Amino acid sequence: MHLLAIGTRKGLWLATSRDRTSWEVRGPLLPMTEVYAVAIDPRRPRLLAGTTSSHFGPTVMTSDDLGETWEEPDHAPLSFPEDTALERVWQLALTDDPDVVYAGTQPSALFRSEDGGRTYSLVRGLWEHPHRKDWGAGYGGQAVHTVLPDPTDSKRLTVAMSTGGVYRTTDGGESWEASNKGVKAYFLPDPYPEFGQCVHKVARHPSTPDRLYLQNHHGVYRSSDGGATWDSIADGLPSDFGFPIAVHPHDPEVVYNFPLVADGERFPPGGECAVYRSPDGGESWTALRTGLPDGFWTAVMRDAMCTDTATPAGVYFGSRSGSVYASPDEGETWHRVVEHLPDVVCVRAAEV
Amino acid sequence: MRITVLLPGVLRPAAGNQSTLELEVQEQATLGAVLDELAGRYPLLDRRLRDERSSLRRYVNFYVDGEECRRLDGPATVLRPDTEIQILPSVAGG
Repeated sequence: MHLLAIGTRKGLWLATSRDRTSWEVRGPLLPMTEVYAVAIDPRRPRLLAGTTSSHFGPTVMTSDDLGETWEEPDHAPLSFPEDTALERVWQLALTDDPDVVYAGTQPSALFRSEDGGRTYSLVRGLWEHPHRKDWGAGYGGQAVHTVLPDPTDSKRLTVAMSTGGVYRTTDGGESWEASNKGVKAYFLPDPYPEFGQCVHKVARHPSTPDRLYLQNHHGVYRSSDGGATWDSIADGLPSDFGFPIAVHPHDPEVVYNFPLVADGERFPPGGECAVYRSPDGGESWTALRTGLPDGFWTAVMRDAMCTDTATPAGVYFGSRSGSVYASPDEGETWHRVVEHLPDVVCVRAAEV
Repeated sequence: MRITVLLPGVLRPAAGNQSTLELEVQEQATLGAVLDELAGRYPLLDRRLRDERSSLRRYVNFYVDGEECRRLDGPATVLRPDTEIQILPSVAGG
């Protein structure tokens, strides 16, 4: 069964399908919480959700019965030292070890769980990084929103934040190095600083961990050396602005993007909903629109696009206007999963 | 001295499904001290009421004998015997 988890500003919805063209949608689950982070671990299976209640604060909930019941520990699953308060969990990242889960948070920090995502400890090496006092905050806040464990080496991780850029560790989180060579920060006096870039999302191919794709606040980039250096791949896109970027699960050269006109407009060009796909690592791009609407005056946020691991691969995205679309054929054709939900802020797909 | 804490329905599951908590605290105890006592018994409830800095969550209100504590001395508000603390979420959001 294909499972699609849809996190919104007012709760979580779950969609299930046999064929990825017709979907059964269940929800709201965890109503009146902002669900910015969702992960599906098909091995248990377990759902993890980072939720924020405007009244009662943030937490991480887990469900081992596909959303029927939810649990959280009595003591905070994630908490900062006493001088800082957790504002939001932006990312829940699974690893090859089912007990090890990472969380990226606002304010910018990385947490590590060794009990399958129920409780977490602060990764001190990043929290105590000398750059931290100079990390900025975009409109969405200062947050680690991308966490990419290297599937071939558990000591290596890549994280990205708004605003601060990409950081990498090769020693399990003890030390971190800014990794933004070639990524432009047009809003800073030095347009190519060591750090300070406003990264919106980084995607990593699971079997080729040195291949990364990055959507910046203006700028789309590819790295072939694990993030050490970045090259622009924005030519051929109608705009270098957008939020999400996703990679094909089985082909590291195939990448998906959802361009918006500019940071001052934040609509798709002409209000035409289109996913752009590159077959060649970003050298060329094609607009995919079959089944997608016109008059789409909305945006797709950084975690609101994903792929699944099926063959052929499925591609999914959700909009701030509460519509979710799924493609069962790598983006060629699209089907609407649901509409009129609250703002969709994240989607994740898996086979369970 | 004895004080009473009244919980709204949405918070009761975090306190063993109780609507009323009776606590024995020291004379001249503050609201903050009562919340510290509650945190020891019901850590999940405490997380709903205060963040890591022990700051009261912005949209949770604490009425001390009918007066919102932010109009008094906040968590430093000194309580009298038989004080009733009513915890109510704000009317907020959209």
